[in-house]
Amino acid sequence: MPIDWMWGLVGGALIGTAAAIFLLVNGRIMGASGLIGGLIDGTGRHNWVERAALLAGLIIVPGVIAMIRGTADTYLTTNIVVIIAAGLLVGVGTRIANGCTSGHGVCGISRLSARAIVATVFYIAAGAITVLIFKHALGVI
Amino acid sequence: MRAFFAFIVGGLFGTGLLLSGMTDTRKVQGWLDLFGDWDPTLAFVMGGAIIPMAIAWQLTRSRKPVLGGNFPKAPDPDLDRKLAVGSVLFGAGWGLSGLCPGPAMASLGWGGWGGLAFVVAMLTGMGLAPKAQVMLDAVSRKA
Repeated sequence: MPIDWMWGLVGGALIGTAAAIFLLVNGRIMGASGLIGGLIDGTGRHNWVERAALLAGLIIVPGVIAMIRGTADTYLTTNIVVIIAAGLLVGVGTRIANGCTSGHGVCGISRLSARAIVATVFYIAAGAITVLIFKHALGVI
Repeated sequence: MRAFFAFIVGGLFGTGLLLSGMTDTRKVQGWLDLFGDWDPTLAFVMGGAIIPMAIAWQLTRSRKPVLGGNFPKAPDPDLDRKLAVGSVLFGAGWGLSGLCPGPAMASLGWGGWGGLAFVVAMLTGMGLAPKAQVMLDAVSRKA
């Protein structure tokens, strides 16, 4: 098994363990878009401290690990038009669909939620078609 | 206590995203690149994450959250247009950039100006979502 797949499993297990702790201890679903979105549109005002603390951990801890390791790169495109368009689409889409890869993909599929499974099929299909068009047909990304 | 555990959860989540390679946009776009050099890593990440979480859902049946309150209610069985349209928009942005909300936040520490610009655009999109929703509703009423 290639080493990248092993790291995928290990990292995935950490993500799932984090989601399991948030569910069993705090009683909440670890969905990144919902946690962030609630702070943006005010629907999460009553528990903003919990949301902000999770996001602080999400930003600070991997940032420190990456600093210690000395190498980290997202290899994100440098095309600012693509970056802005993609960010807007991800922001609008995840809020309208009420979830993203963590909320629907991990937390929803693990309890066999039909909505989560349908959402995941749709965003993976849309992502695959987008890569097909913008990478292979247009060569933009 | 809630904030303390939330910070730990966020830290584990971010560490998992970094170690799994999901903050590397090439690996995410590689997963979506069915007609190119396909990279199956994301499936291992999803599988690795779903297993502990499936066990956690089983454990919610006979108890209450440790810090009080109630567990989330059962999932809504109804599928609607919002779910499909929102997921397609999200998937398009995910494919274009290779970033979704979790990894976009987790990589802010080393993502540079591009990563920051993505997050600012994403937050703007989240702020615009209620308006986009109203527009979608208007369009679907006409249709």
